[in-house]
Amino acid sequence: MEQSLHVENVTVTYGGFTALKQIHLELPVQTTLGLVGESGSGKSTLARVIAGLITPAEGRVMLGSEELGKRRSRQQRKMIQMVFQNPDSSLNPKHTIKQIIGEALLFHKIVDRSQVENRCRELLRMVHLDEHALNRYPHEFSGGQRQRIAIARAISVEPSILIADEPTSALDVSVQKSVLELLSKLKSELKLTMLFISHDLGVINAISDTVAVMRKGELVEVSSKEQFFTRPETDYGYELLSAVPRMPL
Amino acid sequence: MNHMEAALQPLHAGTKKNSFIRKALRTPTFLCGSIMMAILVFMAVFAPYLTPYDPSQLDLSAALQPPSSEHWLGTDQLGRDLFSRLIYAARTDLKVMVLAEIIPFILGVFIGMAAGYFGKWVNSLIMLTTDTFIAFPFYLIVIIIAFVSGTGEQGIYITFMLVGWIVYARVIRGLSSTFRKQEWIASAKMLGLSDVRIILKHLLPNVLPQAVIVLMTDMALLLVAIVTLGYLGIGIAPPTPDWGTMIFDGQPFITTKWWLSAMPGLAVVYTGIALSLIGDGLADIWRR
Amino acid sequence: MKAVDPILKVENLSLTTIDHKPLVNDVSLSVGSGESLGLVGESGSGKSLTLRSILGLLPSSIRQAGGKITANGKCAMVFQDPIGSLDPLSPIVSQLAEVVYYNQNVSRKAARTIAVDLLQMLGLPESLKHKDRYPRQLSGGQCQRVVIAMALARKPDILLCDEPTTALDVTVQKQILDTITNLQKELGFAMVFVTHNLAVASAMCGRLCVMKEGRIVEQGDTMQVVGHSKDPYTRMLIDAVLPLPSLERRAE
Repeated sequence: MEQSLHVENVTVTYGGFTALKQIHLELPVQTTLGLVGESGSGKSTLARVIAGLITPAEGRVMLGSEELGKRRSRQQRKMIQMVFQNPDSSLNPKHTIKQIIGEALLFHKIVDRSQVENRCRELLRMVHLDEHALNRYPHEFSGGQRQRIAIARAISVEPSILIADEPTSALDVSVQKSVLELLSKLKSELKLTMLFISHDLGVINAISDTVAVMRKGELVEVSSKEQFFTRPETDYGYELLSAVPRMPL
Repeated sequence: MNHMEAALQPLHAGTKKNSFIRKALRTPTFLCGSIMMAILVFMAVFAPYLTPYDPSQLDLSAALQPPSSEHWLGTDQLGRDLFSRLIYAARTDLKVMVLAEIIPFILGVFIGMAAGYFGKWVNSLIMLTTDTFIAFPFYLIVIIIAFVSGTGEQGIYITFMLVGWIVYARVIRGLSSTFRKQEWIASAKMLGLSDVRIILKHLLPNVLPQAVIVLMTDMALLLVAIVTLGYLGIGIAPPTPDWGTMIFDGQPFITTKWWLSAMPGLAVVYTGIALSLIGDGLADIWRR
Repeated sequence: MKAVDPILKVENLSLTTIDHKPLVNDVSLSVGSGESLGLVGESGSGKSLTLRSILGLLPSSIRQAGGKITANGKCAMVFQDPIGSLDPLSPIVSQLAEVVYYNQNVSRKAARTIAVDLLQMLGLPESLKHKDRYPRQLSGGQCQRVVIAMALARKPDILLCDEPTTALDVTVQKQILDTITNLQKELGFAMVFVTHNLAVASAMCGRLCVMKEGRIVEQGDTMQVVGHSKDPYTRMLIDAVLPLPSLERRAE
């Protein structure tokens, strides 16, 4: 699956409001693209367009030479998975962890019915959770643990692209680092391409290879991480970086 | 244990069934309502063993007798034992109440989920339908149906099938459209699961608790409707004992032998309170 | 050693729920006149509750089980949610004028003039003098400026801030924090600043107080705490602040 994802000329409008304006973006394979922007920049909307949850008014999303249209096939759906911001509403409160992680495995027949429980245990191990979690319900876990479960669910279908939409914003700082490390580790182990969205530039610096900046529905700058954080191309990029409160050295 | 290890421990143990029973035992409204209902259902089910007399047994010589050791609640105008009639009427009324609710409940929940989940034109169509039906008063529809298909149990079932689903559809629609915005639905879609599967396996377990709570109140209201129709003479037909007809029968004697009408009335109130308490209790349990 | 009374003194404060579950345990801190104290901690550390108890704004399910709070001056508070802090049905100059009227002994007309001046001092447009606006017509950052103005209308000696910029974008946050710093220089009030962001607290405050699970784990000079902390929890919080490379200065 060495096909890279391209966003071509995507526009999304809600009534009179333009959420995304002619976005061109490429996700190079097996790299992490950090998507930065303030509220109203459209970064979440872009993520949802790529994820297939929102249909653009114009433009298209291409995976290699294949267009990902409005109605995606099951195969296409499996290739792009997402981890969301709010750990409280990411997991079905009425399902056990085993159901949450195992459902897609069964539905897509990724493993035999008899192997599902083993595979679930393996997935939990990969996200550093104990196997006893399988019979428990989401409300019995902390925010950080729930995000790990959401990650396990996302990787269960063996995607090639993982979108993380502010996955640590709702978590305490002490937990944030471990979740970021987990995502990094999984990215290299599973050879994922990652789109990581955050308003926190410190997080973006920790995890990205490339940085893309959005502002009011437009893509303003795309640079390598090193380039962006020391010598941003645009005034807005510079404004963002100067505004971050830094620890006294 | 450092904070990382602490992060790996689940917060508190306990499976779902355990915690429901434990919470239920600590909720006085639910306990009270359940006990009340259990007593009623027990008496209704074991009516033949609990009642001293046959409810249709006439004894005109013993008509209109006050409560005594022989007839605990006295006798009605045809000499039938009131206590036995009351219990047998519970059988009839509770049976109709439950049976009449089944189809509207299922129909309403599914229509509500469809409207809330799909939104757009599906939602508009369903809302249009519910708004149209709601414009007609319930009793008006019942009377019309009574004329068309005859009075009695059948008429109640048909009427309720036509209009009873609406209250469920509205409540469940609201819930479903709220849930639709939550990320666990989005992730189910992203995993490639079909809409039908998402509605049945993901959405349904989350709307069912609220639906059951509505069911309790709706049953109480339906019971009142059944009894009212019986009172008006277009409900359950005599000689089948029914609280409504019993209230009607006792009406001419309201000043002298008030218990003839009051007892069945109290039975309705009792059932209504029991159902209400169960509904409230469930709401308390599931809120925590 | 200056023998000046601190303007705010919290001694051995303990807060519990109605069923005696401890939320804040034996917390002591003090703030001198014109000083800034940063109260830092994660969720559940008790920092917000401590702040609210200074004003007596605890929810009804929480009791003060012990300790004493002495404030030698007027307090005012700025909350986290700017839009939720304002009356949605009332235009902002009127809201602010009302606060001025009740806190400073002036006429209604004078209150309105003072209100407009205060808003201008906080960077809101002059057009407000002629056309009043409703909170929903303002951005989050502008609403927060109005809230700060309302706090300052009390002419406080102590400004209490409960995560005032957490809900705002980073560029807006910088503007608000700069505004607060400038106002503090000009008006000389003391400040207690609650936040989970150690970098913000270090930038704004001369002294820091780190809280964990209802207790203070470390307290002292900001540079001392950030540079030479011995407490493991504080060290963890410091390490958790993700570093940014130095930004090269731009030629203007």
